[in-house]
This record gives sequence, C-alpha cells and structure tokens, in this order.
Amino acid sequence: MGESRVLPDGSILRYNFVERMIHWVAGASYVYLLLTGLALWTPWLYWLAVMLGGGGVSRTLHPWVGLLFMAAVLRMYQLWGKEMRITDVDREWNKALRHYTRNEDQNLPPVERFNAGQKYLFWLMYWGGVVLTITGVVMWIPEYIPWSLRFLLHLSVLLHAIAALLTIGGFIIHVYMGTAVVRGGFRSVIRGEVSQGWAKMHHRLWLARITGNGPTKR
Amino acid sequence: MAGNTLELKRISASSSPPAGIREAPVVCKLIDTSTCIGCKACEVACQEWNDLPPETTVQVGTYQTLPSMTPHFWNLIKFNEYESGTGLHWLMRKDQCMHCADPGCLEACPAPGAIVQYNNGIVDFQQEYCIGCGYCISGCPFDIPKFNATTKKVYKCTLCSDRVSVGLEPACIKACPTSCLQFGSKEQMLQIANKRVTQLKASGFTEAAVYDPPGVGGTGVVTVLALGNHLEAYGLPDNPSIPWAVTLWKYPLKWIGNLAILGGIIGTFAHYVRFGPKEVKGETAAGQGGR
Ligand code: HEM
Ligand code: SF4
Repeated sequence: MGESRVLPDGSILRYNFVERMIHWVAGASYVYLLLTGLALWTPWLYWLAVMLGGGGVSRTLHPWVGLLFMAAVLRMYQLWGKEMRITDVDREWNKALRHYTRNEDQNLPPVERFNAGQKYLFWLMYWGGVVLTITGVVMWIPEYIPWSLRFLLHLSVLLHAIAALLTIGGFIIHVYMGTAVVRGGFRSVIRGEVSQGWAKMHHRLWLARITGNGPTKR
Repeated sequence: MAGNTLELKRISASSSPPAGIREAPVVCKLIDTSTCIGCKACEVACQEWNDLPPETTVQVGTYQTLPSMTPHFWNLIKFNEYESGTGLHWLMRKDQCMHCADPGCLEACPAPGAIVQYNNGIVDFQQEYCIGCGYCISGCPFDIPKFNATTKKVYKCTLCSDRVSVGLEPACIKACPTSCLQFGSKEQMLQIANKRVTQLKASGFTEAAVYDPPGVGGTGVVTVLALGNHLEAYGLPDNPSIPWAVTLWKYPLKWIGNLAILGGIIGTFAHYVRFGPKEVKGETAAGQGGR
C-alpha cells in the first residue's frame, strides 16, 4: 500500500517514488509493445517497425519488453492490488457514471484512493497482461510447439490480438483522462503531489482518511 | 529468388496490390507414390541444387532420413509400414511444401514482401524481408516452414523457382529415376494423375485417389495415393485449410479492431470538445501544476 500523506507545504503525496517509477516502467514498455505490435498487426502501420529499427529488431525485442511490462504490472499489483478491490462505494459510483463523463463531479458519491474507472483499468491491464504474456510466450517459440499441439499456437495468435485490443481500449481512455481531462492527474504521477482541493474533488474518502478528518469509511 | 523473371500474383502484408499483370500457366509437381522406390535421389538433388548444408541423419525406426524437415532439409521421403485389409503396405511419400493456391503462410505473414506467390503459382519465401516472427508456422496446414535459429528466418522448398523461371524443371524431378516425379502445367499433371488412378483401380487398388485438397484452393504438388482413403497412413491431413483462428484473426478481427481503435480516438476527442477538462474550482492552472 502506498504511503499517502500530507506534506509540510499542505499538498498531498499521492504516489511515492517507487509507485511513480513502476507506473512509468509499465507505461514506457506498454507504448513500445503497442507500437511494435501494431506494426505487425496491419501492413498500414509496418512503418512503425521500420522507424524502431526494422522488423527484425521489433520482433526480437517485443517479447523481452513484454516480460518487463508484466514484471511491472506484477509489482503494481503488490503495491495497489488491495486498494483496487471493487467495493460498495464503487458500485454506487458506477451508478452515477454518467455524471462523471459529463463533468458533473458534484453529483458523484465520494471515493477512496482510486475510483471505479481506475480500478477497472487496473484489472483490465492486469488480466490483459496475464493473457498477453501466456499467449506471447507461445508465439515467441512457435518452432518448439509440437505439431500435435498446434491449436495452442492458433489460439495464441488470436487471443494475443484480442487481449491487446482490449487493453488498447483501456489505454486510450486512460491516457486521455490522465492528460487532458483530469487536470493535476499527470503531475501526480510525475512529481507525486496533488493539492488538497484536487484530493477533495476526486478522492474525498481518501483525503479524509489520510488527514484524519471527517468520514473514514472505506 | 526469381522475382525478376516471374511476376507476383500475391504478396504478404502489402498495402498495395501485387504488380503482376500477365497470366502464366500454373506449374505443378506430380508425385506418384505407387511408383516411388524410396531411393531418396530427390532429397540429395534438393540439397545439392540449393547448396544446403548436409544434415546428420536421425534413426527414426524406418528408412526415413530425419523425423521432419528442417531449415536446410526441404524435401523428405516419409516412410510408413501400414497394415490394412489388403495386407502390409510399405508406404513412401515425398513430403515438401505443397505450394497451396491459397497459401496460409502468406495470409498470416506480417512482413511486407516476405512471402510471395508468383503468377505461375509458386509460393516463395523472400528471406531478406522475413522478420522471423513465425506467423507462417501458424498459418500453414502442412507443417512446412522451418525456423533457423541462427539467421532468425524461415525456409522451405522454393519449387526451384530459380530453375523454373528459366525453363528448367525442379531439381528433385530431374533426379527421379522412376519418373514417379513429373513436372508440368497443373492441367497436364492432373490428367496424368487421373489416368494413373484409373490404372491403379483396374489393378485392384480400388481406393486409389489424387490428393489435390480443395480447402487450400488445390496445391502445386498433386499426389497419387494407392490407398486414397487412408490419408493418415501417408501423413497427409484430411481436408486441410487455413486454420479458422488464423482467418478470424486476419480478417474480421483486424477490421473490428481497426475501427474500434479509430472510434476510441475520435470518441475521446469528441468528448473533450463537448465536455472539456475537470478543473478543481478555485485553483489556478499553476496551482494544479498545469495539467
Ligand atoms: C507480456 C508479454 C508479451 C509477450 C511475451 C509478447 C509476445 C509477442 C510475440 C512473440 C508476438 C509476435 C510478433 C512480435 O514478436 O512482435 C507479439 C505480437 C503482438 N503483440 Fe505482444 N507480447 C506481449 C505483450 C504485449 C502487450 C502488452 C501488447 C499491447 C498492446 C502486445 C501487442 C501485440 C500486438 C498488437 C501484436 C501483433 C499481433 C498481431 O499481428 O495480431 N503484446 N507479441
Ligand atoms: S517468419 Fe518470416 S515469412 Fe514467416 S510469417 Fe514471419 S515474416 Fe513472414
């Protein structure tokens, strides 16, 4: 669990150094996997592989970077897994989702350190990562898959693409929310800090918990 | 290999159509398993013509040279002792790339130009464009493409595209002492094959058949089988086709995926234009650290 706390200047530490670094290891490796994967996904994007050093380089590095990505996701699970569990608070919040998408945040029930959207993204990336890793390892060594087990190879190429597409959907929304919509969010995962006002607007139960004020309901 | 004299009918992972505009007769190898004596002259000729390094033979309990083809062994006589109602049969079949009219390897390949099909039907790997991903291994219904771990590329029978393009027959055909291997247009080869099947039937092999599987659009290698109802005895798949998972992946999924990604990007952009950011009331942009 992260060590969220109020800093001397009154702002709040949302992500400590380890949390931020892991986030960016996962982020950078994901982007590399996305670009090299998409290059092989459609001939229209093969130029991505050319830009990244050629198809052979992309093919060689993609699986290794995939392992790095999965390692980062597993570390993230250690750090955030508990706080990512779906609770009644999230079910309430989900019902009010339409207010969230319309920026009517005053109509949303208060949430803990992560809202339901962030939690679903986490689990999408976690399980997506698991499927991508298992199928990816099979695709890594097709010459060693016995002919009698070739259905594993066929299933893997299909599932790898499906899992990649699902995580890409989550990734687009995640990047959009984190950079364009939730002002202050990008800074929180670079420098680690958010303002009290930010915490109050987006994660009121969390703010209450770490400042020791008001409702501490989790 | 022979790209300068043979035109391209299909090309892997290309966003533009192949350049070929001329029709050419589709070429074909005929393998008559009933007259094969298992001498392996074709194996040697293939190694020699293609300058392939020798493979150490592996004892598999039959006369077979190796358990399966390798990146530098593209032509393998498969031996099998098979008992049926008509007694013990000593079966031998020359195995190699089938040169499918609808090649699964080419459909699966993500590297532009790494697999091509010439207008005469030959399916050829262009190793200089191959990235070694092994997708072709998933796409092939016959277990043909073999990965070389040193070069990180795949290899298989070229149907001697270099010889054929200058009017020669493939090396294996040239070497065959019994004429159980023949080479010509697909039409001619089918004619000879059917005639041979009639002969075989007349001499008691009532199941004799020609193997030219329609599931892959027919093949550039047609095989005459005396026991045409026992494909498994020859190590041949019954009604091969491109694996359904590969077709699903390369067609519907690709288009659904592309549209979904595009929709996601347009959708988030439209959302921003309609609803804009979530700003904390009463805080300046600086107070929020910009974004
Ligand atoms: C986690 C471990 C992963 C492993 C071991 C792995 C392995 C592989 C392998 C071996 C391939 C075949 C070609 C190549 O190497 O480029 C591939 C393709 C691909 N990978 Fe991964 N990968 C992993 C994670 C990911 C992730 C996180 C994404 C996210 C976008 C991704 C997206 C793709 C895509 C889009 C393709 C092309 C698929 C296609 O053409 O259908 N991979 N992967
Ligand atoms: S291994 Fe080479 S030929 Fe086979 S699909 Fe990949 S790029 Fe194409």
